[in-house]
Amino acid sequence: MEGINAKYVSKKISKTRWRPVSSSSLQQPDIFATGSWDNEDNSISIWSIGENGVSSMDDEFEGDPQLLCEYKHNGDVLDLQFLDQDRIVTASSTGAVTIFRHHHNSQTLSVSKLWERAHHYPCNNAPCTGVVCNSPEIVTVGEDGRIMLFRADQEGVLRTIEKADSSAIHAVTFLRTTEILTVNSIGQLKLWDFRQPGNEPSQILSLTGDRVPLHCVDRHPNQQHIVATGGQDGMLCIWDVRQGNMPISLMEAHTSEMWEVHFHPSNPGHLFSCSEDGSLLHWETSSNTDTPSFLQGGRNTSIISRSAIAPAGGNQSLINAWLTGDSSKGHLETTHMLPSQMLSVNSLDVLGQCLVCGTDGEAIYVNRHVPI
Amino acid sequence: VCIWWPLVLTTLSGSAGGCPFVHEVRKDEDIYSPILRKLFNESHHIFVGLQRIREDLPSKNKKPQFVSISKNYRSVIRACMEELQQVAGIVSILLAVELIWNLCEVLFIDAAPAGSLVLHLLDWVRLHKADVDEKAREVLASESPAEHQAYWDVVISYVLQGRMDEARQVLVKQAALQPAARVMFKLLDNLLMKMPIFNVHSPGETQTLTEFDVKWRHWREEVDHCLQDQSFASNRHLEDICKILVGDEDVLLEYKELLSTWYHFLVTRLLFSHPTVKPTELHYYAQSSMHMFLDTRSVPEPLDSILLAAFEFDIHQVIKDCSIALNNWWFVGHLTDLLDHCKLLQSHNLHFGSNLREFLLLEYASGLFTHHSLWQLAVDYFDHCPEFGRVYLELQIERVPLDTERKALKVIRICEQRQMTEQVRSICKIMAKKALRNNRLGSALSWSIRAKDAAFATLISERFLQDYCAKGTFSDLDLIDNLGPAMLLSDRLTFLGKYREFHRLYGEKRFSDAAKLLLSLMTAKIAPHSFWMTLLTDALPLLEQKEVIFSADQTHELMFCLEELTSGKSVPTPDKPMQVLGTHPLTLYLMAVSLSIS
Repeated sequence: MEGINAKYVSKKISKTRWRPVSSSSLQQPDIFATGSWDNEDNSISIWSIGENGVSSMDDEFEGDPQLLCEYKHNGDVLDLQFLDQDRIVTASSTGAVTIFRHHHNSQTLSVSKLWERAHHYPCNNAPCTGVVCNSPEIVTVGEDGRIMLFRADQEGVLRTIEKADSSAIHAVTFLRTTEILTVNSIGQLKLWDFRQPGNEPSQILSLTGDRVPLHCVDRHPNQQHIVATGGQDGMLCIWDVRQGNMPISLMEAHTSEMWEVHFHPSNPGHLFSCSEDGSLLHWETSSNTDTPSFLQGGRNTSIISRSAIAPAGGNQSLINAWLTGDSSKGHLETTHMLPSQMLSVNSLDVLGQCLVCGTDGEAIYVNRHVPI
Repeated sequence: VCIWWPLVLTTLSGSAGGCPFVHEVRKDEDIYSPILRKLFNESHHIFVGLQRIREDLPSKNKKPQFVSISKNYRSVIRACMEELQQVAGIVSILLAVELIWNLCEVLFIDAAPAGSLVLHLLDWVRLHKADVDEKAREVLASESPAEHQAYWDVVISYVLQGRMDEARQVLVKQAALQPAARVMFKLLDNLLMKMPIFNVHSPGETQTLTEFDVKWRHWREEVDHCLQDQSFASNRHLEDICKILVGDEDVLLEYKELLSTWYHFLVTRLLFSHPTVKPTELHYYAQSSMHMFLDTRSVPEPLDSILLAAFEFDIHQVIKDCSIALNNWWFVGHLTDLLDHCKLLQSHNLHFGSNLREFLLLEYASGLFTHHSLWQLAVDYFDHCPEFGRVYLELQIERVPLDTERKALKVIRICEQRQMTEQVRSICKIMAKKALRNNRLGSALSWSIRAKDAAFATLISERFLQDYCAKGTFSDLDLIDNLGPAMLLSDRLTFLGKYREFHRLYGEKRFSDAAKLLLSLMTAKIAPHSFWMTLLTDALPLLEQKEVIFSADQTHELMFCLEELTSGKSVPTPDKPMQVLGTHPLTLYLMAVSLSIS
């Protein structure tokens, strides 16, 4: 937990996201965006953590994140994604979907596009709970159980899937360019194929036991059928969407809601999750059983894994280490990345060696030396 | 209740004689509230950490921890104070707050004994009189420092603060200008250098108080000699310095402006007259210093009374006066809590039932709860108020507006963690009703499951069934088809799930399974009576099938059910054997139905 300091920002942070760096460069990310919630005046903000590419041995001189610019946001920021280097899409509790443009020269933000009633009930607004982009396409989901498809350069709605869900949809992710996966408050994962007309999912998966509401979902960067979910009970589930109706492994992770889960985009043997219980966990799979990972810094938690089904074929590859979820063989190690006694960690993002997260304690934490 | 402005009130006038108390300059919340929010959040973090220090550690291990926590609080106050100054140009009441807290840390928490007590007090004074260094920088940066008009002010100020090395460095400039008086300057320099400081001039070995006292008296005599010898008579400034060194109170009082406060005067007095002062003797010197320094006509300011009470080690008076004068609960709440952890508060002088610490924390937290965002911090404070905290929390938590599911989930989690089941139920019910109004049956069911609210689950099922009766089809099949164990939450929900299953079986042409299920729904009393007619009507197409679906027994049971439904009317008795083949059962069935209607 060295080198992680709190930056108090006077607003509860609901979302933090790194601005993408071009995959060809080896630069570390230096800009991130945050969204606030539960404030009379919510805002989205852009922050900088200083010179990129400068690796220094000297941690003490790494400064706090600096605020570059800020813009008022109507309603809680329930989700936030970078569409590209200059544009950010947000999902609002008012049901609106907004594209903001970041002007680098003047360091200002402006509203580029607004779909004000993207999500709604017959008589009121319904919060838009999730947004995911594959420029120029934007997919949003909401508590109204709708899935909306937009294009960043078009005014209207590209497609609406009405009555996609009878409960609130909490999160969405792309499986392929034409397929998305949503999770809802009755514990179901639903696959949607945009090539199919109509309002039916192509597949529905859920746990056989209690239908615990799911809050987050993320797809393995390389293996398009491997997905991680987290929900109300704080359990981490890894699913193989090809393999029927049950998760491949279930692991106890947090003592209350897991708000976000992310595979590391370039190093998918690492996974990160954050929770209402104030913890942020770094999950590491390793096929090398001699690595005494308990010698690494930070607090380690023993994980009780309940492997639902053994993967067919018994493949020993690194990727399938996720699927066995077997901590007793030293394959899976977790580390707490934040000091204890925190309020809820609502969001995290990880890119390269940098991790950023935001909490209900109105603080942002940046770690520039994530051990991956 | 506005939580901001009591912390912001300004301004501190620099007049000698003291302090300030405030009259607010502006209520420009947008400017200072973000800064103060940081104070609330950071101090909350420290507070929670403090509560979790284990009770069973021996107190000598805990003292350094408490001192460190006190310093953390103070650094948070200072950071906030500096930002307020920089960003908002406000000199806030936090300045006074930090002054008081610092003194409490020195006297109560660190509890410095005689000898080091004076040194700690000296640090305290130096920290709050930072303008000396600024002046010194100005003087030294000038072309001819020794001729600068503030030159002697700087030198004397350093001496008054016991900073002999700095004083000597500045004096050297003057000495250079007056080569003729070289001997005199050398003499003073020597005296300043040799001044004994407790435990400072004997590194490596600890000095006892007595040893120090002897050394100090020896030195003092030497200084006194120089005075008697008129060694500094030709230079008034040097002579004044010498007189200060022997603790001449009249001379000290001549430099009131430089001292600027009676407590600076007190500490300087102690340094040069009673460096071995015991904590228990402080109050006497404090009172006399205050009287000597302040204009006898002026009324002591609240700050003065508070500091005096501290010097008298009357912790309760300090807290009481702070509560009244400062009118904000943040400071007294956190300070009292820390003092309580140091076991410094006895409860015998309290008038109210619950103890002082709890009372203050409850006030503070209640104020926080009125804030649209900071209410979350308040929860932890209530948690650590053993007597009334829970009751306060129960009352307040239900008033938090629940605009989004996300927020409701957080509030529910807080309640669940504290076994506040009533509140969980009521919040879930509110959310479920909202969902129902918006026709989000799945969401409504999800909330009922969270609350384990069978009654509401029944309500939702009724809605589904009504929809079915009205439209002839089920809505939200994704929900009903995937109820899982949630189905068991309420009988009606179970029925709904099973009824839907019947339809699925029928659709898959698994007629005998469907028939069995349909019957069991009535015989096992899962289906509500109101629905039996519908079920019996559903049985008709099954009876119409060419193949035999219902066995004889099953048909009997169907008749039973019909009879039960239309009890009182006469129907063919069940022991009459029924022909299963052909249209007989159907005819009899229809007959029975028509008979019951008539």
